[in-house]
Amino acid sequence: MIITNQKPFETILKELEDAKSVFLVGCGDCATLCETGGTDQVAEMAEKLKAEGKLITGMIVPDVGCHELDVKKEFRVHKDELEKADALLVMSCGAGCQAARSATDKPIMPSNDTLFLGNIMRYGQFEEKCRLCGDCLLDVTGAICPVARCHKGILNGPCGGTNEGKCEVDPEKDCAWTLIYQQLEKEGKLDKMREYRPPKNWNAVLKPGRHAIERKKGGEANE
Amino acid sequence: MSEIKHVKPSIQEVLESGKFLVTGEIGPPKGPDIAEMTEHIELLKDKVHAMNITDNQSSVMRYPSIGTALLIKEMGGEPILQVTCRDRNRMAIEADLLFAYTRGVRSVLCLTGDSIPVGDHKDAKSVFDLESAQLLNLIRTMEDGKDTGGNEMNGSVSFFKGAIVTPEADPLEPQLMKFKKKVDAGAQWFQTQAIYDMDHFAKFMKVAREYDIKLQAGLVLLVSAGMAKYMNANVPGVMVPQDLIDEMASAEKGKALDTGIKIMARQIRQIREEGLADGVHIMAIGKEGVVPRILEEAELDISAL
Repeated sequence: MIITNQKPFETILKELEDAKSVFLVGCGDCATLCETGGTDQVAEMAEKLKAEGKLITGMIVPDVGCHELDVKKEFRVHKDELEKADALLVMSCGAGCQAARSATDKPIMPSNDTLFLGNIMRYGQFEEKCRLCGDCLLDVTGAICPVARCHKGILNGPCGGTNEGKCEVDPEKDCAWTLIYQQLEKEGKLDKMREYRPPKNWNAVLKPGRHAIERKKGGEANE
Repeated sequence: MSEIKHVKPSIQEVLESGKFLVTGEIGPPKGPDIAEMTEHIELLKDKVHAMNITDNQSSVMRYPSIGTALLIKEMGGEPILQVTCRDRNRMAIEADLLFAYTRGVRSVLCLTGDSIPVGDHKDAKSVFDLESAQLLNLIRTMEDGKDTGGNEMNGSVSFFKGAIVTPEADPLEPQLMKFKKKVDAGAQWFQTQAIYDMDHFAKFMKVAREYDIKLQAGLVLLVSAGMAKYMNANVPGVMVPQDLIDEMASAEKGKALDTGIKIMARQIRQIREEGLADGVHIMAIGKEGVVPRILEEAELDISAL
């Protein structure tokens, strides 16, 4: 899921300094689990903004904030409340903000910083384990990703900054290459680590990414 | 291309002649005033076979390694160009190597590079398009007249390719795997991370001697007992044994540097006498001025080798 963190309230107020009236948009998916854009946080934000003298024209929490068609639909349903707002505050990730962008011409302000694609470690704790590189090499690294989990994202073993299994940039973080070594050792497949990995194709997904599911002719696709 | 005049033998020539290779290190300054660095180069250029030039060492922005390499060449010294993968992608590195080659740089030490957050440009974007083994392989590709895009160049380059290894890495086995990868990727000689424990080093060399490479022991000058303790606590892969810390601590007030010099001179003599390595790489971080004294105390005069 996409991990978000709410900006300081003063920053949000600064973003909204030109807006007397605000429409709030949350997200029923990732931002709800991150407690940055669920129903509770949207209601709380409405109260805080009211206390600062803002008029809240309405608020919605789409099931999936980055589903552009659904967000457009929701916006049509709430057309009048949207019309009255000087700006929208989107309490979702960067993708959610831009789903809202494609559904209205009103000014849109983000309440959150978008951090990473994260795994849920336990309630309210997230860790990045995939960097969305488009060229997965987990098959040769014991299903531990050095691109995401090594600070330098290097492919041929640990750097000189590894220390007792921890990383030089943060002793709280594991050295991915030590983890990979330990895993491949358990599997009896250390030869995979001994193989040279050539430079990576960093453009496996040409930025900005675009993907469409290929449908077989006469298959399940809706033609 | 005008003919490059080489004043000194290349380190490849030194090593292949069986001589004990002695190299020093030049850490470029932060800013355009290169007077002190120029003094250091002048001081070292005839005392050591060659000088490493660090590349934005510790992720701290400094005068460039390639510029310093050319300066050393102009001054009649022999440079070892350190190239890291932190600040340049493969295209920029290739272009820099073309430049270095045409200006007479013959030896390149390939490193991954420290991470950005440990340095003084903490908001900078880190590159790491490649790492050290891939960088070695990149040079090999250029030696075949191609770039890593698979394109033909209008000629080829040639470098003596080096890399580093950390004999005290913990855990050691992944480090040894990477060591072998670097050998396979074309590394012809190695410098080690700072070593202090000669017994550990001798054990490591038994493994290293299985490969057809040359290796210099990396030695960092101790200037105080505090520095030794700091390195043990903060520098990955560096372990100063307690007896050396005690020796530093027992130095008379104001004599710690003398003790550090004495220790390094002793280590150099031991490495040479016992044939533990093919040479030494002396890192006198910030104290380059004492390198001639270290060599004198170690009774190591390169002109007499």
